[in-house]
Amino acid sequence: MSTTDGPTPLPGAKASQAAADRQSKKGGAGTSADATHKKGLFGAWSEKWQAMPRQKQWLYLIVVVLIAYALPVINPPILSTEPGNDFPLALFSMAVYALVAVGLNIVIGYAGLLDLGYIAFFAVGSYTAAMLTSPDSPFVKIPYLWTIPLAIVVAMCVGVILGIPTLRLRGDYLAIVTLGFGEIIRILATLIPAMKGQVGFQNVGRPPGEGADGIPIFANSNGTPWYWLTLTILIIVLFLAGNLERSRVGRSWIAIREDEDAAETMGVPTFKYKVWAFALGAGVGGMSGALFAGQVGFVNNQKFDIVTSILFVAAVVLGGVGNKVGAVFGGALVAYIPLRFTAIAEYKYLIFGIALMLIMIYRPKGLIPARQRLLAYGQQAYQRVRETSAKKSAVVTEKEV
Amino acid sequence: MGAHSEKVPVPEEVPVPAHGSHKPAIEIVESLDVDEAVAEAAAPERDIDVAVGDDLVEVKNLTIKFGGLVALDNVSFTIRRGEILGLIGPNGAGKTTCFNAMTGVYKPTSGQVLLEGRQLNGMKQHKITRAGLARTFQNIRLFGEMTALENVVVGLDARHKTSVVGALLRLPRHQREEKSSIERGMALLEFVGIAEHAGALARNLSYGSQRRLEIARALATDPKLLCLDEPAAGFNPAEKEDLMALIRTIRDDGYTVLLIEHDMKLVMGVTDRIVVLEFGKKIADDVPHVIREDPKVVSAYLGEPEDDFA
Ligand SMILES: Nc1ncnc2c1ncn2[C@@H]1O[C@H](COP(=O)(O)OP(=O)(O)OP(=O)(O)O)[C@@H](O)[C@H]1O
Ligand SMILES: [Mg+2]
Repeated sequence: MSTTDGPTPLPGAKASQAAADRQSKKGGAGTSADATHKKGLFGAWSEKWQAMPRQKQWLYLIVVVLIAYALPVINPPILSTEPGNDFPLALFSMAVYALVAVGLNIVIGYAGLLDLGYIAFFAVGSYTAAMLTSPDSPFVKIPYLWTIPLAIVVAMCVGVILGIPTLRLRGDYLAIVTLGFGEIIRILATLIPAMKGQVGFQNVGRPPGEGADGIPIFANSNGTPWYWLTLTILIIVLFLAGNLERSRVGRSWIAIREDEDAAETMGVPTFKYKVWAFALGAGVGGMSGALFAGQVGFVNNQKFDIVTSILFVAAVVLGGVGNKVGAVFGGALVAYIPLRFTAIAEYKYLIFGIALMLIMIYRPKGLIPARQRLLAYGQQAYQRVRETSAKKSAVVTEKEV
Repeated sequence: MGAHSEKVPVPEEVPVPAHGSHKPAIEIVESLDVDEAVAEAAAPERDIDVAVGDDLVEVKNLTIKFGGLVALDNVSFTIRRGEILGLIGPNGAGKTTCFNAMTGVYKPTSGQVLLEGRQLNGMKQHKITRAGLARTFQNIRLFGEMTALENVVVGLDARHKTSVVGALLRLPRHQREEKSSIERGMALLEFVGIAEHAGALARNLSYGSQRRLEIARALATDPKLLCLDEPAAGFNPAEKEDLMALIRTIRDDGYTVLLIEHDMKLVMGVTDRIVVLEFGKKIADDVPHVIREDPKVVSAYLGEPEDDFA
């Protein structure tokens, strides 16, 4: 009677996989999993970094941060964008792009939502700063520095408003819809009289303070203080993004990126966390926009085109989707190359287009692949792992003896 | 099909250590040597003290149609606290569809699913999970780029209360939850026997470890009912027996289990009661040794090619 016949193992791949599993069990601790794990150059780096004691990590970080702050003063000849472009201003531009990339990385990298219209939030931030500080605007005026938190809040609200109807879509459909976001803001800026279309807003505000000669410290042409301000904000945002990454929020995002249905089934409120990703990403975008508007001092509807939006995505992809440090490099690189190599600036879209294609073909995980730690007490956790495998292998050897 | 909704008389000895009452068709490895401490750490709040044998889940007149196809046709059964209920049937009988309806993936065309008397229909999937229904997938669906431990912690997060702001600022509750989740996550991995791979990415795990990780992840959500969709698919006989021993341990630990499994012999050995589906209809619902003799079940399975029993 067939119903009580012995089970026949399945043919093909699954059976052999199961056999491999058995082998590895006999082999003892961690052999199968670790052997298949390939490490690239960056993988080796990141492993070295993770293995370092905390104090040493801090030391390195402080050195890197100090160098970053010193860059506009040192103006190193190889790195410098001069004479073609003012180096401190170039650094500011790089910092803004880095900030944008870190924000967009929350949306694309962590939550896996391909947002091609991120420029919309950047624009919202710029307009928030411009309309509340420029003498051309009919609205109440507030000090420039207040517009930065306000830009975050307004952009987050816009993020939620745009996210709630669209985040029900997935993948390519979502990407297509987000393409419209940037256009929506641009067209609104053209249609709404208070937003002054192409005329725009002159003399956007700046942080207070004047030098001895009566020239404002944060003059439009003085890149260094703007760069320092943006770099400081960037560092704070990186810390906060790191906190989110190593929490249930970051884990939920990665889980959604990996398999949205499974995440939902495991109790992750996927819609809520997708809206949060959108909102937080938008907040960072809005803040970048406010900084940009302040430095440039002029905002109109010509500044926020789809192509720039795609450049933001390129920054995230270049850096390695899901890696916040990578995003900083990606963003800085995208801003730096056309400023440094002015001869090729005209072809920047062509160059980044080709670079993106090559990366997607040869290093689909970006230049610096992601391997974020998703546990706040990662070190503690992996200590436990090591203990367990040590115990396991001890048992195995005991049995063999 | 009215007969299906009427309750099948319950043999007295059904619930807890029922596997002594009828000889398993094959020898089952006795309970894995998982020590109490591990089980305790893995699931401190499990249902172990709760009255065993009362109705935990009621599936009432569940019907699911996909266009013209009736995947489930007026199916009713109950799952009692503390039992392992088998759900069997030939390919395409509607077993997975039944899981999907229970866990909120599909909206039933009609009928209800009640967990402890509370209606689950219309609830969001993640709310159903938090209400106490966890599942694994027939085709493994882990979070490939996360480590085994992180996968389990995602399941544990279902019970965590840290808000986005709490995580952003690393408030005390976040720190507490993170610390305890490492302990519990490791304990769960130990419980299913893959603790030594805790730091490996889920996609790099061997097939067998992946299946076990799915179970650990589902257990992490602290379910009242654990639904396993062919957890032993693709295993050889020895591995299947190991897994069935694990499932018994899970049950003995205070969980209720709903098990889909193609292999009749294994199902007979491990379950306390069996519901049989064929073409979306329930054709039998009884203790294993009665199911084995049931002519309807026999013919349902005889109508299938040999391979499908494996
Ligand atoms: N989303 C869907 N859309 C349309 N038809 C579906 C869908 N899901 C399942 N079905 C159909 O419903 C029937 C039952 O499928 P189900 O997956 O529940 O079977 P099963 O008992 O789990 O089979 P197996 O043993 O092969 O896993 C099948 O005929 C299947 O083709
Ligand atoms: Mg199925």
